[in-house]
Amino acid sequence: MNEPILEMRGVSKSFFGIKALCAVDLTVYAGEIHALMGENGAGKSTLMKILSGAYRPDPGGEIRIEGKPVRIEGPLGGRAAGISIIYQELSLAPNLSVAENIYLGREMSRSGLLARGAMREGVGPILQRLGADFLPSTLVAHLSMGQRQLVEIARALHVRSKILIMDEPTTALSAGESERLFTLIRQLRAEGLAIIYISHRMDEVYALGDRVTVLRDGRLVGSLDKQDIRADAIVRMMVGRDVSSFYKKDHDPGAGKGHPVLTASDMSDGRRVKGCSLTVHAGEVVGLAGLIGAGRTELAHLIVGAAPKISGRLELEGQPIDIRTPGEALAAGIAYLTEDRKALGLFLDMSCLDNINLAVLGRDAKLGWFLDRDKARERADRAFAGLSIRAANVSVPAGGLSGGNQQKVLLSRLLAIAPKVLILDEPTRGVDVGAKSEIYSIIDNLAKAGTAILVISSDLPEIIGICDRVLVMRSGHIAGEVRRTETAPLTQEDIMALATGTEHLDA
Amino acid sequence: MPDNGSTQANAATANSPAVAEATKRQRIRLMIRAAGMLPVLLLLCIGFHYMSEGRFFTGQNLGIVLQQAAVNTVLAAGMTFVILTGGIDLSVGSILAASAMAGLTMSKLSELSALWLPVAVLTGLGFGVVNGALIALLRLPPFIVTLGSLTAVRGLARLLGADTTVFNPSIPYAFIGNGSLTLIPGVASIPWLSVIALLVILASWLVLRRTVLGVHIYAVGGNESAARLAGIKVWAVLIFVYGVSGLLAGLGGAMQAARLYAANGLQLGQSYELDAITAVILGGTSFVGGIGSIWGTLVGALIIAVLSNGLILTGVSDIWQYVIKGLVIIGAVALDRYRLQGSART
Ligand SMILES: Nc1ncnc2c1ncn2[C@@H]1O[C@H](COP(=O)(O)OP(=O)(O)OP(=O)(O)O)[C@@H](O)[C@H]1O
Ligand SMILES: [Mg+2]
Repeated sequence: MNEPILEMRGVSKSFFGIKALCAVDLTVYAGEIHALMGENGAGKSTLMKILSGAYRPDPGGEIRIEGKPVRIEGPLGGRAAGISIIYQELSLAPNLSVAENIYLGREMSRSGLLARGAMREGVGPILQRLGADFLPSTLVAHLSMGQRQLVEIARALHVRSKILIMDEPTTALSAGESERLFTLIRQLRAEGLAIIYISHRMDEVYALGDRVTVLRDGRLVGSLDKQDIRADAIVRMMVGRDVSSFYKKDHDPGAGKGHPVLTASDMSDGRRVKGCSLTVHAGEVVGLAGLIGAGRTELAHLIVGAAPKISGRLELEGQPIDIRTPGEALAAGIAYLTEDRKALGLFLDMSCLDNINLAVLGRDAKLGWFLDRDKARERADRAFAGLSIRAANVSVPAGGLSGGNQQKVLLSRLLAIAPKVLILDEPTRGVDVGAKSEIYSIIDNLAKAGTAILVISSDLPEIIGICDRVLVMRSGHIAGEVRRTETAPLTQEDIMALATGTEHLDA
Repeated sequence: MPDNGSTQANAATANSPAVAEATKRQRIRLMIRAAGMLPVLLLLCIGFHYMSEGRFFTGQNLGIVLQQAAVNTVLAAGMTFVILTGGIDLSVGSILAASAMAGLTMSKLSELSALWLPVAVLTGLGFGVVNGALIALLRLPPFIVTLGSLTAVRGLARLLGADTTVFNPSIPYAFIGNGSLTLIPGVASIPWLSVIALLVILASWLVLRRTVLGVHIYAVGGNESAARLAGIKVWAVLIFVYGVSGLLAGLGGAMQAARLYAANGLQLGQSYELDAITAVILGGTSFVGGIGSIWGTLVGALIIAVLSNGLILTGVSDIWQYVIKGLVIIGAVALDRYRLQGSART
């Protein structure tokens, strides 16, 4: 551990005159897991994209690999230098098989013809080593998120990378899948790989990190060694101040005190959701927990009319209501934050301003048709200030924002509606600590103001921290409810027991 | 940009000089982007002016260019709506022919002849709405639906005149086809066809940029699933854009009928859809939807008209005109892509 495998010195990058990175240094050794942390938009992904060759750095910096200066040009350059990156958004071709994805760009051929068989055999050993439970010939479209991640890792190993970069790899994984990923990462470390690990989750950084480097506003703040890794120290480095009282729950926790706002009964879609019923009261925050694939998102889609239901009744404030499209749900005051912001949420080419105002354009319009541009601008400015969204201004396209800031833009769109019922699907996915606590306090304030809130989350500490009671789903059913009482707080164990079906006899 | 650490630290929030600077740069970039093909258009005009020994920039010739660009501009405006949603409308040429036939047939009925103009436009609207309904409600691919109506509506156009050319030398409102609006008596006038085209462009701009519906059109093109989840009535937007495209094709048919006093169901409007699509693409509108502007389309339509006119003025043979036109189109779009590369989102 004396000769660093990677040294970056004075690396800068600007987009259209705004500096995203400013003279950043980073030193990584072989056989270590190096955690990279920082607020949304701090420049973590940008720094990694420079390493992988997706972005070209501004002139002036230097990158050395095993002591030798290198210039990384294009994605192939990164690969040639022994660097593989697993992006925040996975980059597999879903219409191709596992083997074809692993060989993508380096396909094997025999006398000009694709050698499918040889490619399948070629990836066998690696998949085995990673403990994959799928075949090289499986289509990627049929794999779960966790399995797709394995394919990405297999691809990195297959080109014999020495440095593996993982940008928020667990955001789409279930707890079990994450555990398995951690075991694998430790195994790779033992094999001598250098791993750069980006995450907003402190527990992961504790569990994995050998060293932590923190960025703030595109600058290096500093690095901590294993023995110095402590949450408060990291947060102070990231935010530049202390963030106290992380989870916020000032609203009246007496569940069920308000009148029932949303009642769903016997909701089924015939596939993933089987006869689910739930009630959310005014001023209440209800958690919906469960493993990935338990049907939580599908249930939310049924409630807001984004998917067709085969059975189920909805009542809004005691009145039966028929909702067939998300538009009708919005009109009735039920807003849904999607978990898949790229595919189902944001318009990446449209400005942040339009993205934020989209759902209320009709309500604000002058004469029913014409845009009220002053109002829209004001609302976007308020959202930017309120959630501290980091972008040059409100008219830049949402696609240029960092992952966490995109999430805040999407959330702003829903908050603009001022709904009666708010269904939040993974509301803090990819969001940094500072913004997380802002989002928690927004949820808390909405509950105080009487909004009924349903939070779907795979982050158990989050659910426990902000919810009054928790419904747990397992394979399409509501398996049970965990309540907070005077004497007993919510616990992760109770929730997990229901979610996995252990200690549960009548299942 | 100076390496100015303290201002960068809160780049997002403060009105620091760094932000002002960046905002300015962004605005300049947007302006260059909006200008798009305008430089190409100007270069073509100047080039042709010299090559034709000064015959391009004359009042009379410019009038001809504007007049020739008019119908294609109107069709391309409708096409812009459609392509912004990520669709395509191949049937505009046929709809134009059918509308012109319907209008001319109407104009020969003595007491109702004044109604020929609305009849032509509404015929176009009707076909457009049918296209839109098939695409939006039955979820059929736009390419297939409009390819079908390209053929079917052409057949109807021939049916309308019993497969002959319909003449009406005394068609009402003939001035819109051949008259000019006098701006300064004896000095400057502008063909009514061009006035109509400009009004269409202005109305399109108003809808696309200043109304809720406009934002919804961009949203559907940018991400249809997200639009649906955001409560946008995607089907209504689709019916609207194909309806507009049909309506403007009908208007184009009326313009042609008024200009020629005649229409032939077989020949009128053949492959007009290609010129319309070319104008939209030259104008920088993304073929996958969500990005583009109506001003770009106007410039695109003008480039096509200038090219045709200039090649005739310079005496290039008919055959070579095709080759050169095709090459200029590919070259112009390649240039555009190259120019935008720096600012492309990754
Ligand atoms: N292609 C781009 N065009 C314009 N600006 C960009 C682009 N990519 C990144 N940026 C800007 O660079 C800054 C750093 O972004 P980056 O994605 O590196 O943040 P991050 O630290 O990964 O944040 P997150 O935790 O939210 O993923 C942001 O302000 C972002 O807006
Ligand atoms: Mg990132």
